[in-house]
Amino acid sequence: MTELTPVKLNLSPATRLTLLLVTVILVCALFLTWNVKASWAFTLEFRGQKLISMVLVGIFIAISTLLFQTISQNRILTPSIMGFDALYILIQSIMIVVVGASSYSILNEYTKWAIEISIMTGMMLLLSKFLFRDSAQSIQLLILSGVVLGICLSSINGLVFRMMDPSQSVVAQDAFFASFSSPPMALLQVSCLILLSCLVFLYRYHHQLDVLSLGEQTAHSLGINYSRLTQHVLILIAILVGMSTALVGPITFLGLLVVHLAYQLAGSYKHKILLPFAAILGVLVLVLGEFILQHVVAFNTRLSIVIECVGGVVFLALIIKQAKS
Amino acid sequence: MIELKNVALSYGHKQVLNDINLTLADTGLTSIIGPNGSGKSSCLGLMSRLQKASAGEVLLDNCPIQHIPANQLAKQLSILRQDNHTNARIQVKDLITFGRYPYHQGRPSEQDLKIVEQCIEYVDLRDVQDRFIDQLSGGQRQRVFIAMVLAQDTRTILLDEPLNNLDIKHSVSIMKQLRKTCDELNKQVVVVLHDINFAAHYSDTIIALKNGEVIANGSPAEIMQDSVLSHIYDMHITVTDIQGKPTCLFYS
Repeated sequence: MTELTPVKLNLSPATRLTLLLVTVILVCALFLTWNVKASWAFTLEFRGQKLISMVLVGIFIAISTLLFQTISQNRILTPSIMGFDALYILIQSIMIVVVGASSYSILNEYTKWAIEISIMTGMMLLLSKFLFRDSAQSIQLLILSGVVLGICLSSINGLVFRMMDPSQSVVAQDAFFASFSSPPMALLQVSCLILLSCLVFLYRYHHQLDVLSLGEQTAHSLGINYSRLTQHVLILIAILVGMSTALVGPITFLGLLVVHLAYQLAGSYKHKILLPFAAILGVLVLVLGEFILQHVVAFNTRLSIVIECVGGVVFLALIIKQAKS
Repeated sequence: MIELKNVALSYGHKQVLNDINLTLADTGLTSIIGPNGSGKSSCLGLMSRLQKASAGEVLLDNCPIQHIPANQLAKQLSILRQDNHTNARIQVKDLITFGRYPYHQGRPSEQDLKIVEQCIEYVDLRDVQDRFIDQLSGGQRQRVFIAMVLAQDTRTILLDEPLNNLDIKHSVSIMKQLRKTCDELNKQVVVVLHDINFAAHYSDTIIALKNGEVIANGSPAEIMQDSVLSHIYDMHITVTDIQGKPTCLFYS
């Protein structure tokens, strides 16, 4: 039997990025046009809106996780460890209890969003103001406080949830679980704005993030204003996580997967490459997952399960392959 | 010129540095020696503003160091700490190019790359320049970080135990390199060293710390005395003249 010599892929990061981009566009097109049963106009509008929200969420989650790992110098953490989504859920619960289930459902999306974002960034600012003392130890302290706070917040949320009446708890349940059904247009608009400003920020600061990944002291020595940069990035993370949670509910598991795939596949340590790579991967995984959910398993399971299943297998395969070589 | 005025540093109740007054010359190689825990690294940390003094002030060219904008300071003063590790999978050459970051802000020019080339040559890393940093030995990695600091091309260079993990050949070559940097490029180099003989042979000035205080400060000839060294390290040390160089023998 003739043995195949394994083809050594030696592509430049830019080529890899382009390939990935082409793939994701193909997958999106497939998602929009596969197996159309209703009228084209309706299907495209319906799927299009879903697609936009998936694109936004995929980007938000991937970028927030990557940024969080860079500033924490730790590759197994995601922003969810800081209790960002616990806080989001608690805000929802409290709003439901305070204004009532029916008025919560018809609450102006902009108001709701403004409340959520200001509380979440406010907490981040408070935490970093009290705990951030200009060194890597304090970022550990910050994360640790976030963990404790997150646990505390989910316990409070459990309490609030038990005190709700049945109609309120149904609305709350709906708000807690990730679904891409149909986020309101207003949220999508705000998200696009956020995405834009996030891109501007990252375009200006991506090279500083590269220096940050060399470690805190090296970054200091190379003239990075460590505490200011870290605080800005933390606030950006808070906004991104808040936004993606507002769009579809908490699904931070995605972040760990795509960020690690990006580390493995992007072929570069530079955030210039890593950030878009992870973001596109995030979109790809979400859209593929939703596609499988719709057409292969016919909505018999949840998106998270599809992603964890398929993504997990791909991830393990990559690690095993790397260990062998 | 670096000046420390009545500088003290404490971690909680533990007083690490106590009323330090030092003025370091504009050029030349200064070694800081002393027993473990005497505050050498903290002292260097204060000079580089990686650590903040609990009392007193640190002046660089008569300006309090924390008032100098970060990016400007990075062109005047560079520091290499003891533990340097990075999670990023990065190639040797790319890492050294980061030394030029204060100048290029993410976009290295031809000139920057030329300086990086020279630094790679200096520290004898040409063979491994395309390797990833996690594929290097401890000594090679140490040299990579030294090259990065050299590439930063600052007037003042602070190095915390740069000879860690280095074999004799590379220790000597690094010290010679630092000596050359002082003599030819008029730079100020401050190193924390454990090997007294290295300090004596290559330095212009030796500063000895003990229990957070400066207990000796002078030329190698002044420090390389039985009584001074024995007092610093609390053990009997004999200084012998070997080929005209004061050398201390502490193996007994």
